Amino acid sequence: MSDFALDAISIKKSFKKKRGEFHPALKSVSLRINRGEVVGILGPNGSGKSTLVRVVSTLVIPDAGSVTIFGIDALREPRKVQRMINRVSVEASFFKKLSAYENLIYGAKLYGVTTSEAKPRIGQILESIGFDMKRASEPMEHLSRGMQQKIALARALLTSPMLMLLDEPTTGLDPRSKRDVQEVVRKIRSDHDASILLCTHDMGEAEELCDRIGIILNGEIIALDSPDGLKRSYQTTGAIPTLEEVFMLATGTSIDEADAEQEDDQ
Amino acid sequence: MNMSLTKSRRPWMNEAVATFGFIQRNYYLSKRYFWWELVWLVYTTANAMSIGFIGVAVDQSSGNGANGRVTTFLLIGALVWSYLSMLFDALSETVSWERWEGTIEYTFMAPASRATHLIGSSVYAVLYGIVRTAVMFVAISFFFDLEVQNANYAGALVVLFACSISLVGFGMCAAVMPLLSPEKGQQVTFIFGSALLLVSGVYYSIDVLPGWMQALAKFSPVTYALRGIRAALLDGASMSTLWGSIWPLLIIGVILIPLGLHVFSIGETYAKRTGRLKRSG
Repeated sequence: MSDFALDAISIKKSFKKKRGEFHPALKSVSLRINRGEVVGILGPNGSGKSTLVRVVSTLVIPDAGSVTIFGIDALREPRKVQRMINRVSVEASFFKKLSAYENLIYGAKLYGVTTSEAKPRIGQILESIGFDMKRASEPMEHLSRGMQQKIALARALLTSPMLMLLDEPTTGLDPRSKRDVQEVVRKIRSDHDASILLCTHDMGEAEELCDRIGIILNGEIIALDSPDGLKRSYQTTGAIPTLEEVFMLATGTSIDEADAEQEDDQ
Repeated sequence: MNMSLTKSRRPWMNEAVATFGFIQRNYYLSKRYFWWELVWLVYTTANAMSIGFIGVAVDQSSGNGANGRVTTFLLIGALVWSYLSMLFDALSETVSWERWEGTIEYTFMAPASRATHLIGSSVYAVLYGIVRTAVMFVAISFFFDLEVQNANYAGALVVLFACSISLVGFGMCAAVMPLLSPEKGQQVTFIFGSALLLVSGVYYSIDVLPGWMQALAKFSPVTYALRGIRAALLDGASMSTLWGSIWPLLIIGVILIPLGLHVFSIGETYAKRTGRLKRSG
């Protein structure tokens, strides 16, 4: 099996907009994640983060390039790759009327895990992430967004993924829920042998959780290194820049300004 | 990390577990939406009964006596259409429904095959539809004296089962529409459904239709299902007589199920190329 959890080479993807124009979402993006590594992708809204995650998770077919997960071609053998990955996205993808437990059982079965196999693991996982088991029988719509994200992480863990794709798992959460979810990611990192691709626009989260961080802008990864490596390479004076300053130096804008620009464009 | 849960098993066993997952999920959803299901059951039962009373009026005015052959003919149409249209809708709404719930990406990135997805949904729809139609039949039988003294119930069930197979194939073909167009796809499936209702002789004999509609009726599985079920319930037709309705249904099913899966697979690839899976339209 390959040493690379993910090996994406020269991924290109454009989407057709209205009036026949094509918008390039990814312009020849290459990214490698080593086994057991956590790589963060920092970028404003519309920079291509989610498209990259969707390509890796077999939900979008790229126009060009190749994606292999642990040496298996994701475009030719998506079913094999799907068994190795799982994804937690910014939106809670659940049946809202079903309980957390019912959603977890359903999620497990999609991956071939039976109820009798899943049941004890659900208990262990929910306990390890600090989710009150009593609330597992409540409909998802009764749970807070933070709790829903914890369930989303539990659902992903239940299928024992070798590569976890976390697409802005803490966006829109209140500070406490954000800390809780980040703590779960930290636990996944320390307790499980999973490699992680974490897309975020939270600088602190990226710096704290990731071994390497890539900065993506307009569909291109313009920098990729360890947090310290990035800071060193953008150090112009004596003082070491913060990650926020690195982002501004690399992109010429702050992440909030880039988000605002993107919203204006839309 | 424990990989044994999903890796040690043979692929077909994983698919069997996932099939049961879809059946169980839909059962959970029916339970959670119980009041809506009840409302819908009352509505369709009332609808079938109002059609039954039209039959009573016709029977009385034609001097056949109350609750005669026309009433039974119409009620069979109403009940069979209620079951088959529910089956068709359950399949054709598979994509739109997941889009509405926001789970479409999660389901489509899971390693369960699309055949498993669609067949799991179909099995639940058939089981649920049979229970629902049986409840309607019992409710209706309190209000009408149905002309079913010589009925061949087993034969009617065989025809209904054969039709379920072909309707599943038809529904799979229709289910691709919301993948191709998140905004308008579901509306197109309504056109398919209404065309089936119009040409299949649900409430009238297809002999009264214009010639071109009668030609279309030959391609509708509902036509053969109604012909067979009416013959079984009204005239007590034997299995050998019913075979004339069963074999076209089986042929349509054998053609439409693989065709539906193939069409769906093409639609899924198109949606993945154009990024249409993510829209929650």
